[in-house]
Amino acid sequence: MIVLKDVLALLDGELLTPGASLEVACPKVFASDLMSDVLTSAEPGSLLLTGLANSHVIRTCSIADLAGVVFVQGKRPDAEAIDQARAESLPLIATKMPMFEVCSRIAGHVQDGGHER
Amino acid sequence: MSAEEVYRQEFPVKGGDFAKAGAVACLIKELLKDMGLDPKTVRRAAIAAYEAEMNVIMYAWEARVDLAVSPQEVRITVDDRGPGIADIELAMTEGYSTATTEMRELGFGAGMGLPNIKRNSDDLRVDSQTGRGTRLEIIIRTNGHVTT
Repeated sequence: MIVLKDVLALLDGELLTPGASLEVACPKVFASDLMSDVLTSAEPGSLLLTGLANSHVIRTCSIADLAGVVFVQGKRPDAEAIDQARAESLPLIATKMPMFEVCSRIAGHVQDGGHER
Repeated sequence: MSAEEVYRQEFPVKGGDFAKAGAVACLIKELLKDMGLDPKTVRRAAIAAYEAEMNVIMYAWEARVDLAVSPQEVRITVDDRGPGIADIELAMTEGYSTATTEMRELGFGAGMGLPNIKRNSDDLRVDSQTGRGTRLEIIIRTNGHVTT
């Protein structure tokens, strides 16, 4: 379980959807650039980590009931996609960190029981 | 609309219209949510509808998506005009894909569309004629609770 506000701090992230609640707790984290895999395997309420930044990511998360998205490696969706996410109350976070480091930091945080190291 | 149906609506989908991809599936999801269907049923129907809509956008020229809801089931029929599927059994194989590089760059075309529609439905019928089009009938059984 990881809370979005901890994700933002751990990844030195930028919240792209101001006003979105960061108190959301995600029971699972799913990392993929393939939306086909998200639709097949991500559980509802999961946090998506991805290097794909287009409007299909937002729509896929909305369809599959995901709780939020982290765009890794400095990727950012365009303004239209961000507006779409805001309309659907889907929090978006951008980080400059690469995928492996993002996964590693989140996994470490979860293994530590959610406490700051 | 048959006597059992509490809701019926048809939606057009245009092949190649990537900008609107998923708009019909999102609408179907909202409608089913408003009808009070349980979240698991709504999610299964939304995913199946989205995969089917993406298939139309990626491969077909146009389609009609028909949503019919009764207290027993959600039925989504996708009737497209397009190239059709030459080998349905092969197309149902996980990982088999004829997607282009552009489709894959958008995050789709991993060869999971039809298998994932099957996974999210209780019954799936696929009929296709090469050079004419494909008809999918997706049936998802509900727990009998629907409000309109």
